Amino acid sequence: MNLAKLKDKFFESVIYSTGIISIVIVLFIVYFLFKEGIGIFDKQPLEEGYCAVVHHYNHVNKISPEQIKKIVEGDLTNWKDLGGSYDSIYLFTLSDIEYKFTAEELGENFEHLNEKIAQYVSLNTGILAILPEKYVEKSLTRIKLDKVSLAGFFNGQDWYPASAPSPQFGALPILLGSLIVSIGAMLIAIPIGILVAIFLAELASPAVKNVMKSATELLSGIPSVVYGFFGIVVVVPFIKDLFNLNIGETALAGSVILAIIALPAIISLAEDAISSVPKELKIASLALGASHWQTIVRVMVPAASSGIISASILGIGRAFGETMAVLMVTGNAALMPTTFLQPVRTITATIAAELGEASTGGLHYQSLFILGSILFVITFIFNLSAELVAAKK
Amino acid sequence: MKKVIALFAYLFITFSNIAQTVKIKGSDTMLPMMQLQVEAFLKRYGGDINVTGGGSGTGITALLDGSIDIAMSSRDLKMAEKLKFEDKKADLKVVQIANDALSVIVNPSNKILSLTREQLEGIFTGKTVNWKEVGGEDLPIVVYTRESSSGTYEFMKEHVMSKKEFSKSAISTSATAQIVYAVSQNKAAIGYVGLAYVEPIVKAISISYDGGQKFIAPTFNNAFNKIYPVTRPLYLMYGGANEKQVKPFLDFVLSIYGQKLVTHKGYIPLK
Repeated sequence: MNLAKLKDKFFESVIYSTGIISIVIVLFIVYFLFKEGIGIFDKQPLEEGYCAVVHHYNHVNKISPEQIKKIVEGDLTNWKDLGGSYDSIYLFTLSDIEYKFTAEELGENFEHLNEKIAQYVSLNTGILAILPEKYVEKSLTRIKLDKVSLAGFFNGQDWYPASAPSPQFGALPILLGSLIVSIGAMLIAIPIGILVAIFLAELASPAVKNVMKSATELLSGIPSVVYGFFGIVVVVPFIKDLFNLNIGETALAGSVILAIIALPAIISLAEDAISSVPKELKIASLALGASHWQTIVRVMVPAASSGIISASILGIGRAFGETMAVLMVTGNAALMPTTFLQPVRTITATIAAELGEASTGGLHYQSLFILGSILFVITFIFNLSAELVAAKK
Repeated sequence: MKKVIALFAYLFITFSNIAQTVKIKGSDTMLPMMQLQVEAFLKRYGGDINVTGGGSGTGITALLDGSIDIAMSSRDLKMAEKLKFEDKKADLKVVQIANDALSVIVNPSNKILSLTREQLEGIFTGKTVNWKEVGGEDLPIVVYTRESSSGTYEFMKEHVMSKKEFSKSAISTSATAQIVYAVSQNKAAIGYVGLAYVEPIVKAISISYDGGQKFIAPTFNNAFNKIYPVTRPLYLMYGGANEKQVKPFLDFVLSIYGQKLVTHKGYIPLK
């Protein structure tokens, strides 16, 4: 074997292994995403290692996170309403320990905590104590909490993942929030994008085309935080005044910003698709007496349709996963979205805003990874359908 | 290939050596003051200190994970966090470096000048929805809040809202400055920030904790004399094992000069 062949072989193997490595990395990330998140189901919605305890006379044996929230808010005050005997509910959590016992009573390293808690629980018949398992004696009576379920996660409407003592993971408003913002962006960006692409490919003079092309490229180079800033200062007040609203931070503001972010991708891909329609088609159409406009609408666009559709899907896929700009303009209130003119919270904004405080491996952390997995699945579907549409041609 | 590996190994080792930087993270409320402190400290003594915000909860979680050296917090440790540090056998040190007055802000055009704690609880939990219910004009209330990682959020929940959750329709922002900007732009808005963030473009209202007999404004003097009801301590937290590395900076912050900087930025010094 001569040297040249050896060199070829070497480069070939480098390229080959790079490909393999990137595939492995992608698979690993997907695996990691799902692995970190999936543990949330079939767990009680309490912090890791916590349990709920009641007085041993109490024969209520099940309680839901919503009920616990109601107890905290003061809307639910008696065990009778939970199917127990008439006794007012007294919620006791870790943070109350400091007020109930002195530091000396607990000991320097909390060594007396267990017996103090056991004592305290047996003294209060209406108690509902939510505490770490290891500080609770085995002899105390436990009460079961409804587990976090798949249905509860996708159907629940309360997103209070950091709520103490019992967090609530109802992701429906967040999923719908992402969806409504993306649909809005789609409705704005796709028509504009396609029209601009047709203009660039067919109607613009070379000079205009050059300027426009570099302008759209510039647009795609702007970091999304700058778009977010633009959104806060310009789009949000504009929408507030235009529709005479109280709040400018709305789904619509997010849609407008996302549309601007998605536009460059849609324009340049759709323009490529239209430009790459064979010249012969256009010439034949014109030769048959069709006007330029007719040729564009009846011949060029249909011929480029698969390219245009996949451009749109990819643009929206980009918008769906966009984080920073959306976080800044949509208001982030986890409300069920009913119109475009109300604040919404999106999947990406939720992950970005909450991951910092979620301690590794905890319920909150896992719930954010589930949201990440959902985001991945949706983006994957977007990309796959773009591929399929493009391949159909 | 070996050369490449060697190069990476070399880079890795160099970078981990550079990582002698003191990393500080946490409370957004404390960020402006800490940036000033760090700047002044580095000018005098040199070294490498790096400050970022993100909220008290973020800082404390990062300290637990060991990814930073000092956490800034505008709230006390939660019992759950205390026990986690206990589990890790981390000898946690907590140093109070200043005080802050939690200020409730509204748009300057709002004619409301004062509210009781109960009224604030109603507004922030979403039970009170219109300004006319608390004596203002007929206008729906727009509530601005921070993300749950914020210490100010937790403090507000615990000390003003009797631990109830914020209204679901509250607009949540990840930075304090955004609340100030939004409230200055929206005449129906209400929000809460640390005293240092109160600027002339918004109006801080007086608060009563005795059912409306006495309203107290969030001013420097009222907070310094502990008359203002929602005054809170600001802390720096660090692991005892790290003491040697962080001590010079802490001493600087607690020195007369450091405390002057605290006042300069609009926070309340310890003495």
